Amino acid sequence: MKILECPLNGPRPVSEFAYGGEIRYAPDPDTCTDEEWSRYVFNRSGSPGLKYEWWCHIASGFWFIVLRDTLRDEVIETFPAEAVRRGLPTPLPSGAAAT
Amino acid sequence: MMYRLPVHSEEWLDRAATLRFTFEGRDFQGYEGDTITSALAAAGVATMARSFKYHRPRGILSFANHDSNTLFQVDGAPNVRGDITLLRDGMSVSAQNTFGGLARDKARAFDGLARVLPVGFYYKAFHSKRLFPRWERMFRALTGLGHVSLSAPRQTTPKRYGFCDVLVIGAGPSGVSAALAAAAAGANVALVDESLRLVEHGAAAGLVGALRESPSVTVLTATVAAGYYADHWVALASPEHLTKMRAKAVVFATGVIEQPAVFRNNDLPGVLLASAASRLVARYGVAPGRRVVMIAANLEAYRVCLELHARGVTIAAIVEWRSAPETDAAAAECLRLGTQVLNAHAPYAAVRGADGSVAGLDVVPVDTAGRVAAAVDGRRAQRIDCDAILMSVGFAGAMQLLLQAGGTTVFSEELEQFVPDVLPAGIFAAGRLNGVYDTDARLADGARAGALAAAHAGFGTASVDAGASTAAVARAARCPSHRFPIVDHPLAKNFVDFDEDLQVKDLENAASEGFDSSELLKRYSTVGMGPSQGKHSNLNALRVLARFRGAGVGELGLTTARPLYHPVPLKLLAGRSFNPERRTPVDADQARLGAVWMPAGNWRRPEYYAVPGETRAQSIDAEVHAVRSAVGLIDVGTLGKIEVHGPDAGELLDRAYAGKYSDLKVGMTRYGLMLDESGVIVDDGVIARLEEKLFYFTTTTGGSATVYRELLRLNALWGLNCALVNVTGHCAAFNFAGPASRGILADLTDINLGEAAFPYLSVRSGRVAGIAARLLRVGFVGELGYEIHVAAGGAASVWQALRAAGAPRGLRLFGVEAQRVLRLEKGHFIVGQDTDGLTDPEEANAMWAVAMKKPFFVGQRSLRILQARGPRQKLVGIELHDATRLPRECHLVIDRGAIAGRVTSVAHSRALNKSIGLAMLAPALAQVGRHIQIRIEDGALVAARVAGGPFYDPKNLRQKAGAVA
Repeated sequence: MKILECPLNGPRPVSEFAYGGEIRYAPDPDTCTDEEWSRYVFNRSGSPGLKYEWWCHIASGFWFIVLRDTLRDEVIETFPAEAVRRGLPTPLPSGAAAT
Repeated sequence: MMYRLPVHSEEWLDRAATLRFTFEGRDFQGYEGDTITSALAAAGVATMARSFKYHRPRGILSFANHDSNTLFQVDGAPNVRGDITLLRDGMSVSAQNTFGGLARDKARAFDGLARVLPVGFYYKAFHSKRLFPRWERMFRALTGLGHVSLSAPRQTTPKRYGFCDVLVIGAGPSGVSAALAAAAAGANVALVDESLRLVEHGAAAGLVGALRESPSVTVLTATVAAGYYADHWVALASPEHLTKMRAKAVVFATGVIEQPAVFRNNDLPGVLLASAASRLVARYGVAPGRRVVMIAANLEAYRVCLELHARGVTIAAIVEWRSAPETDAAAAECLRLGTQVLNAHAPYAAVRGADGSVAGLDVVPVDTAGRVAAAVDGRRAQRIDCDAILMSVGFAGAMQLLLQAGGTTVFSEELEQFVPDVLPAGIFAAGRLNGVYDTDARLADGARAGALAAAHAGFGTASVDAGASTAAVARAARCPSHRFPIVDHPLAKNFVDFDEDLQVKDLENAASEGFDSSELLKRYSTVGMGPSQGKHSNLNALRVLARFRGAGVGELGLTTARPLYHPVPLKLLAGRSFNPERRTPVDADQARLGAVWMPAGNWRRPEYYAVPGETRAQSIDAEVHAVRSAVGLIDVGTLGKIEVHGPDAGELLDRAYAGKYSDLKVGMTRYGLMLDESGVIVDDGVIARLEEKLFYFTTTTGGSATVYRELLRLNALWGLNCALVNVTGHCAAFNFAGPASRGILADLTDINLGEAAFPYLSVRSGRVAGIAARLLRVGFVGELGYEIHVAAGGAASVWQALRAAGAPRGLRLFGVEAQRVLRLEKGHFIVGQDTDGLTDPEEANAMWAVAMKKPFFVGQRSLRILQARGPRQKLVGIELHDATRLPRECHLVIDRGAIAGRVTSVAHSRALNKSIGLAMLAPALAQVGRHIQIRIEDGALVAARVAGGPFYDPKNLRQKAGAVA
């Protein structure tokens, strides 16, 4: 079982965490087309690489952000959840609002 | 025939203690310290098992628990591993996979049917759906390993958890050396080995003693490291329990596994690996035979010959496969002793004796490459009479764990062996696995790997440079393995895989049928898929495939065995089940009162309360009737209960739920419908505003954890000024419902229950039976009712007070089933039962709970798209004509021969005197008054009519005023 380094609780077994999916940026719901919105809701990129992901330490209810190399299953860095609003460093494009 | 040698000082036996046991019903005896296999061998038992497919007689092969020949049924337990299981007095041992016993196995006729059981037989023969069940039954009976006793007591073995800095796997010279080096650097070390005892190795003598004295090394013998998992988590299987060992660094000193030679009848009892003979002699004082032939392709063969000679065993001949073998002191000594050595000869076929075990070996000359001439005439082969054949032709690295850990390998042409190439961080290899064979070099390689592993774990100063993880120590200068220890024979029966009875031609046929990569060959032919997981077959199978393709073994690559690569007793994995079950504070009381339990999320809830003399249906019916006519009490403490505090609490709920809550008045509640981003209903509940900056709300029983977690995430994402508290476990809740509820509750509370002071859909705080409580006027079951929320600690008092006060007024406890009938009479849907993963609020007739005009809420944008498109289905009430033939949930609605919907809920309503349900229908059918047809279990169609509105009290008068007393 993997060990995940929680910014609040330190290294814990991955079974204590819930995965919240890749951080993706929603198009503006008031201006985007139906197709753009559908693509955002239903399509996920399965291509491996560096990704920002939502992770939650279940017991403490603590959400944070993990930059993970999904090809090698290696955690590069973790960030507090506020970082999603302040803007995350590259490789992700900056956008209006994450979901 | 094998036999017991005179006492030797190094042996592992206590010959003063005699143990009696039976094998196949016959009496035998062995000594304290014997394993099952060694005791049988010492008694001259050559045939210990029948093979999987052809039911050929089989005996000792590896004597290391690496093959599947010596699995026994012992005292009712199947697959007991004879090589390593110590003999006990009174053991009852029998062979497996036989029909009518080992000697007269009726299925031995299969040996003659090999030609009609080709490779891929199952795939070729099992096409027919009609015949498949018959084939399956037949082969289930014929093959398989042992009999499971269904009446055996359940053995639970709690798993253990271990932690260390450096885990060393394998306690040969390199492993012991690695453990000592890591310990010297200050690391806490665990050293595991599958052998029953640690063994001193010549030049490494004294190290085992040093190990025992080292306080920071834990030695685990009789323990197999059977699987590697992420972040250095290794499954250690010992006879009695499984340990999950977490290490900071791992040294693989797993060594090599001796490989058999492949020639006709190489599976006869009496044909065994040289290392097996060496262990039999040294540890258990068992001679492999009286006249032994050694098939040699390395110097190890000569060392074993000297060991046997020293104990008085006659070496009939050494069949030296190589034409110009190197020599050393042991080889020279063999020649000096006058042992016959046939250079440049290969085994052609083992000769079967009258007793079914080996009686001789036919040998033929080979060319300088070690190959038998294609046109060899077997009749001209030279026959050597013998009663045992030992094979010492090469090794394969025990690479399984290293591959599981993500290490890569490269095939060394010099060593004829795969060796580690690139290793992941914290993984180190040492010793023969690493291609290092000389004992001094193995010690040095182990010390190197141990020091590096300790440094990786933060101890000592060894530099972990790139590339240093694999051999910095010289690999063997001499090749210990024959390049192609495989001899073709026109009559085949030259086995590559003993587990699965696969011959050379089987693999060639598989390859010629197109399964010609190592991965495909494995899956099609099943090579390496038996209990020994290819320990003796993978490398030779690769050699056969390489020859077929004209490629090098290194180009084909190893397959990675999945963990656990070594069989372990299922009891080690079963352990205890650990599914925590949540219970509400009044659980024990409910149990006493006849609760019949059903699972609900993580909880158990009463389905109904059984009453002596009543059937299940009668009890449920009476519970429903009590709520409609008097009063009922149900424990709803399993609902998720969440508080949200702060100035932005209303804003959070506005965005997360479909309704609007920021304008909710303090003291009022509103239904809450939660959607996901695609506009699908995922949860619902009641949201109450207790204070300007405090909301309290419920979720479904099953959804509480995920709803709470998602709200936490959304709150973190949006950065609102509010905080969530999950009080699901802190609060108990009861629904006290029925026309008599107000009158009874009034005597127990200080809250004014008057209709004006406490109207429908409002929330009040006060005391019930002296306990602080929040009361919500709800209408889920369609009667005047109060949801009473109290701290868990006070729940029992409130529950008892309500029961006591209600008893004289006809109170009945009701369970989930009665609640489902009650809400169905009101037409209320249950999320997840009447809705599914595609149902939007429009389809569930719940748009009244959606505030589309809000600036934003989760699911809003998708809902706009769905609204424009129109519903794909509609949830409607249905009335059934025939109460005796009710459909069940999920039965399909059929329209003109096609599926047009499904029943989601159904029940008989006594209050309405008819059978009712909910159904999800194609929109065209969802018109009130429309007749539909539903296909029930026996295929018959039953009729129903689409009904409008709630079935019971359509104007919702009862829950609002409680007018009827």
